[in-house]
Amino acid sequence: MSHSISLTVNGARHDVTLEDARVTLLDLLRERLQMPGTKKGCDRGQCGACTVLVDGRRVNSCLTLAVTVDDSDIVTIEGLAEGDSLHPVQTAFIEHDGFQCGYCTPGQIMSAVGLIAEGHAGDDLERIREGMSGNICRCSAYKGIAEAVQDAARRMAADEERKSA
Amino acid sequence: MPDPIPMPTRFGSSGQPVTRRDGVAKVTGAATFAADNHPNGLLHAVYVPATIARGRVVSMDVAAARAHPGVVEVYTPDNSLKLAGDPDAKPFMFAFRMHVLQTDRIAYANQPIALVVAETIEAANEGARLLAPVYEAETPRVTLDDAEGYKPEAAGFGAAETVHGDVEAGHAAAAKSVDLTYETPSQYHNAMETHAVVAEWDGDRLTLDLPNQAIVMSKAAYGYYFGIPPQNVLIRSPYLGGGFGSKAMSHAPVMLAIAAARAIGRPVKLMLRRDQMFGPVGHRGATRQHIRIGIDGDARMTVLDHHSLSATSTFDDFIEPAANASQGLYDAGALRSSHTGVRLDVGTPGPMRAPGEASGSAVLECAMDEMAEAAGMDPLEFRLKNYAETEPGTGKPYSSKALRECYAQGAEHFGWAGRPLEAGTMRDEAGMLVGWGMGTALFHAPMFAAEARATLRPDGTGLVETGAADMGQGAWTALAQIAADALGLPLDKVEFRAGTSDLPDGGVAGGSGHTATAGGALHSAGMDAIARLAEIATADPASPLHGAGNATIVARDGRLVVEGDEERGEDFATIIARAGGEAVVGTGGASRPPEAGAAHAMYAHGAVFAEVKVDPELYQMRVTRLVGAFAAGRIINPKLAESQLYGGMIWGLSFALHEEARHDRRTGRIVNGDLAGYHVPVNADVTGFDVITVHEDDPYVNALGIKGVGEIGITGTVGAIANAIRHATGTRVRRFPIRIEDLLAGG
Ligand code: FES
Ligand code: FES
Repeated sequence: MSHSISLTVNGARHDVTLEDARVTLLDLLRERLQMPGTKKGCDRGQCGACTVLVDGRRVNSCLTLAVTVDDSDIVTIEGLAEGDSLHPVQTAFIEHDGFQCGYCTPGQIMSAVGLIAEGHAGDDLERIREGMSGNICRCSAYKGIAEAVQDAARRMAADEERKSA
Repeated sequence: MPDPIPMPTRFGSSGQPVTRRDGVAKVTGAATFAADNHPNGLLHAVYVPATIARGRVVSMDVAAARAHPGVVEVYTPDNSLKLAGDPDAKPFMFAFRMHVLQTDRIAYANQPIALVVAETIEAANEGARLLAPVYEAETPRVTLDDAEGYKPEAAGFGAAETVHGDVEAGHAAAAKSVDLTYETPSQYHNAMETHAVVAEWDGDRLTLDLPNQAIVMSKAAYGYYFGIPPQNVLIRSPYLGGGFGSKAMSHAPVMLAIAAARAIGRPVKLMLRRDQMFGPVGHRGATRQHIRIGIDGDARMTVLDHHSLSATSTFDDFIEPAANASQGLYDAGALRSSHTGVRLDVGTPGPMRAPGEASGSAVLECAMDEMAEAAGMDPLEFRLKNYAETEPGTGKPYSSKALRECYAQGAEHFGWAGRPLEAGTMRDEAGMLVGWGMGTALFHAPMFAAEARATLRPDGTGLVETGAADMGQGAWTALAQIAADALGLPLDKVEFRAGTSDLPDGGVAGGSGHTATAGGALHSAGMDAIARLAEIATADPASPLHGAGNATIVARDGRLVVEGDEERGEDFATIIARAGGEAVVGTGGASRPPEAGAAHAMYAHGAVFAEVKVDPELYQMRVTRLVGAFAAGRIINPKLAESQLYGGMIWGLSFALHEEARHDRRTGRIVNGDLAGYHVPVNADVTGFDVITVHEDDPYVNALGIKGVGEIGITGTVGAIANAIRHATGTRVRRFPIRIEDLLAGG
């Protein structure tokens, strides 16, 4: 039995027919839509490497069956920058050296974007660390990650203020 | 004794905290890891792991798997994929015996017993499930007490036994001594990127997208196993999602995928599931270490006697060289490091970040504290008392050793001076038990062999090339900085190519020797290109440099100038244009001459200070501060070096309190073989970390004065944390990781 779904990924509409209901959102992105920026670290919801935003919420795409995201709006790491201009979280990760091998990084960054949008961590380092603890970094770039998220949260808040002033 | 190596006189971008050159690629998802590749006609392979640790496979339902829609082929020992090279031979370095379906015997849990290839991942997984193997199981041997010990030929890549001085006399001369047994568990690398390959054949040419720590060297390995000339193998490994020692060698699942791609005639992708990382791709073997220290009446060590019982597999040898960590550091009158192996039904261990040093240093640093305590001395004072001015045992001078400065700066920054000697006396305002501990960090400073090419292009920019691998240490950046300096060019005028096996051999990214080795090769290639350009310029009557002695010419900001008279010079592009517009190519290599290694002992050093807080009722432990001061020669890029040191210290935290693979004694399987059960630190575990890099000039270690920072951070740290827990609670736990239940039980 095949399943037809329609979803938006990074602003582009995709109509997909799946022959197999077992396809996860992660494998849909990586293998069928050929967007391998989102990474597979465990395929079991234990590491956060596959984090994407689904309708603005951060989710583990490996735990999400593709058929359940019909009509959803997905943002992945490939869709964060606007042209050559990086998202503030991306810039902060580079400046604070918030990664080494870079494998967990797409998930860390999407998780950070989600966390900042959730609004409950603010620029509090302790809360940021807690809120980012679903994303494992075996290279252990945690210090840089936490500082990058804090820095980006501050910059984004300042930008917001400027805009609304 | 060799003369000091003249240091490059001037550094441009080296020493600067340049941000990663691969940063944009990594934050935008553009950095391509092996499994991100998707050639046309791609098939997906899944290997089927044994779910027992010892016995044999009696049957599998191959028909059911084959019948599943999308399944293309199923391989088992009955129709196994034949390799040209012998998977049981060990014809070259880093060769480990592999189970590639040549037998139905099972030697460890997660050993490959079949390979399913299908059009989709989902079909391959389902096919693998349908095989439903039936086993004849035997009692597995998975703990250190389950088998007899044997005398190994080597420990890790070093000696199984090293003795300096009269050990028995050292024991006899001791006024006080400690005699201790510690245990460390098996640990698994678990790079975030699981082992993966995309293999594509074109006749007898093989292209591999494969995370690999030794790209050029591995060509020969794959050439051997598949019966093709090494030059027919192209390995592309621009980025590794972490390696930690596990991605330098060939592993069975990857071999099977490559063989299947050849047999079927289509490209094949295989990516290990996380649970499959626990078995066929190496790990840090478990140890039981027996350590004895004796001191005389003046608290000087008369003997340091360290033995490790290290686990390996039943079919191959890798003995965690834990006891060798006691060589090179403390000035004991007699020194012995020795190892016994024990064969268990586990996958073969292998080098994992600081192999031997991590597990050995953990025990040595705890034992040093136990000895200090028995002597009634402050732990730092005791270590200073036994500070080695020359390498213990060999008497060789150190090429450099700023350990005293590490102790001083680390202690100062931490506030060590206020530490009460007695355990269990400090509390914070919330009533938590507080403890302070320290440990010494030590890691050898090796060099391997590498080659490089440097090209000065007609437009005056540079191209440097070496088949180096970046697994996160920052090779793309730090190596380019070194090359830019050698060429006298700003960093942004240098293109750096690495990560493929058709380049000059960039050596092994391991042993903390990669920056020194590949960097050394790039430095020498750059210097060669500059010397060739200088030859052209000085021979050209139209050049202002005409007639200037080659030796006096240096490269600065894209120009060749006369040293001391920088007005007299000419830019690269002009020199090349007048000479006919041909690019100027230099080559170079780096390795350490044996006489240099014979003349000096070469190590990086450090001191780590830890504060822990322990709940007095629940015994929950938290590391609240961790200060590491490290002297590791010249630091090419402080930003990246600090990241490496932090990473190492967090691995130390992980060793002390988190990591352990636990076996089910009935099946031999690892019961916590995933990232939920196998604990590693997360962001919330890491607070209060500080790294200090202590200045150190080393004129002997290599031309660039580099020692490497990739692994040293683990050493020292484990002991520091364990010692702090002892200091907080009064309880000494002698097995890692330290658990709440051990503290509750009082050790
Ligand atoms: S890959 Fe999805 S959480 Fe690990
Ligand atoms: S940067 Fe390597 S796992 Fe996070």
